[in-house]
Amino acid sequence: MAELQVLLAGTDDHDLTKLDEYLAVGGYAGVGKARAMTPEELIDELQRATLRGRGGAGFPMGRKASLIDRSSPKPKYLVVNADESEPGAFKDREVMARVPHRLIEGCLISAHAIEAHEVFIFIRGEYLSEYEILQAAVDEARAAGLFGDVDILVHRGAGAYICGEETALLDALEGRRGQPRPRPPFPPVQGLYDAPTQINNVSTIATVPAIMEMGAEAFAKTGTESSPGSAIFSISGNIARPGNYELELGTPMRELIYDLAGGVPDGRELKAVIPGGSSVPALAPDEIDVPLDYDSLQKIGTFFGAASLIVVDDRCCIVQLALRSAKFYQHESCGKCTPCREGTRWMVQILERIEAGDAELSHIELLESIGSRILGRSLCALGDFAVYPTHSYITKWRNEFVAHIEQGGCPYGGASSLEGIVAPLDQHTHSPMAEVPA
Amino acid sequence: MSAFADEVRAIAERYPDPRSATLPALRLAQERHGWLPPEALREVANALDLTPAYCKAVASFYDMYHLAPVGKHLVEVCTNLSCALVGAQRVVEAFESELGVAPGETTTDGEVTFRTVECLGGCGYATVVAVDHRYRQDVTPADVAGIVEELRG
Repeated sequence: MAELQVLLAGTDDHDLTKLDEYLAVGGYAGVGKARAMTPEELIDELQRATLRGRGGAGFPMGRKASLIDRSSPKPKYLVVNADESEPGAFKDREVMARVPHRLIEGCLISAHAIEAHEVFIFIRGEYLSEYEILQAAVDEARAAGLFGDVDILVHRGAGAYICGEETALLDALEGRRGQPRPRPPFPPVQGLYDAPTQINNVSTIATVPAIMEMGAEAFAKTGTESSPGSAIFSISGNIARPGNYELELGTPMRELIYDLAGGVPDGRELKAVIPGGSSVPALAPDEIDVPLDYDSLQKIGTFFGAASLIVVDDRCCIVQLALRSAKFYQHESCGKCTPCREGTRWMVQILERIEAGDAELSHIELLESIGSRILGRSLCALGDFAVYPTHSYITKWRNEFVAHIEQGGCPYGGASSLEGIVAPLDQHTHSPMAEVPA
Repeated sequence: MSAFADEVRAIAERYPDPRSATLPALRLAQERHGWLPPEALREVANALDLTPAYCKAVASFYDMYHLAPVGKHLVEVCTNLSCALVGAQRVVEAFESELGVAPGETTTDGEVTFRTVECLGGCGYATVVAVDHRYRQDVTPADVAGIVEELRG
């Protein structure tokens, strides 16, 4: 197993941002095939492919489509989650920048399955260049008459990690503060504007044309039995050749880290791998002999997540790593649910005390205890995302936490690779013009 | 009716519910004013039949809206894990010394607001710096003087 180009197929030899080049490699053929099928037939085909959601949860995309209440008198909507914000993830950005038409083709096929006439692509506000490329591709495809009775609207976010959570995304798209909704009702029943809504990640939807091209049976034979297909893996941090690698699911993690991405540079030792973006439990060096697929990663106590590996070498203080990560989740907590809003703040305070050498051993248990009371107690998983990695750091590198407390300070003595890192201020409570004379 | 309101309503017509134009309208208003003063929030509210308080509540939720004045240029350095592991701190320090301000501050001539931000989604090309929303990738401290010179013209 190794490289398998599905999402990025053709990008080496063609500029697939251009419609004529995408058409020349067989682009948009899947739309005609899909529209020749009834929605039922198309949903069956998608279900047989077992395309699992690439956004993190791994829920089969075809099953999601089957849950849409197509008998509802309300319009049905397809929403594409292009709010990629998980620290470590930069793969959807590459799909939009290099193969926007494959995403658009996937939208048109998926819209037919759920009988949707309107598609919304919610792209994070920071992705300005990607937005411009995607919008140009949408305009070009529409002008070429490829849309039929479907339209696609690209909607830009404005800077909030939480909008990657699907119901928060819907609220942001409706012009509100992007905060998660209680479930049930789930979006397939009552989503955007209270209408049946299918929400999928960019990479999921952009894989759909390949299912049309190969046929569900052939697609299901790639990758592993429970995780067919390919995924783009983002790899970053202390790694010789960081970047995006599209691989067949089930490819060994060691192969990606060492053979493809060149291993840990500067003669350093591997210390940790956070395999799915910063929100999942980290792996120790003796745990990386694992196939990169949903079930294999879950079996060893972590998650596939956003298919984004952050590689950490032995210069890094694990308490500083936990603290910087916890500050991110505190900053991004939307404030709606108390366990997450208050809990992430408490986690940061305790980690700050441990890092400063101003803590007692009981603070480690306190940190674990707070975490256990955040888990599963909020409307969405953001609070859980703060706890999962922190618990793994405490469990697997407990001696470093203890050393901080016993030595009364950071054992790295200022030499950690994360030393001096600053987290962003909340700009809405801190005026950036404070220093400017009137 | 103002040209701004016309433009906002044209955006709103593309959505099943005009409230969906709130984020685009706030962005448009910010492009005109440089930030979102009370007057801008009122313009958005009037165009969409919302209240200024509602518009402020929405704007204050998102990091890309400025409810206080900012400099003519915006320099944002990512300091999340992947950038930090390969030395975003040194890039932050270089901007501090080149601009003479700390993160979260604006230069005394009002030209440049400098801040650190959470993950911009360029982790494989660390350190990522957004200069007026355009990404500069693989930025090292040695690149900083050139970026600042570019901005100061």
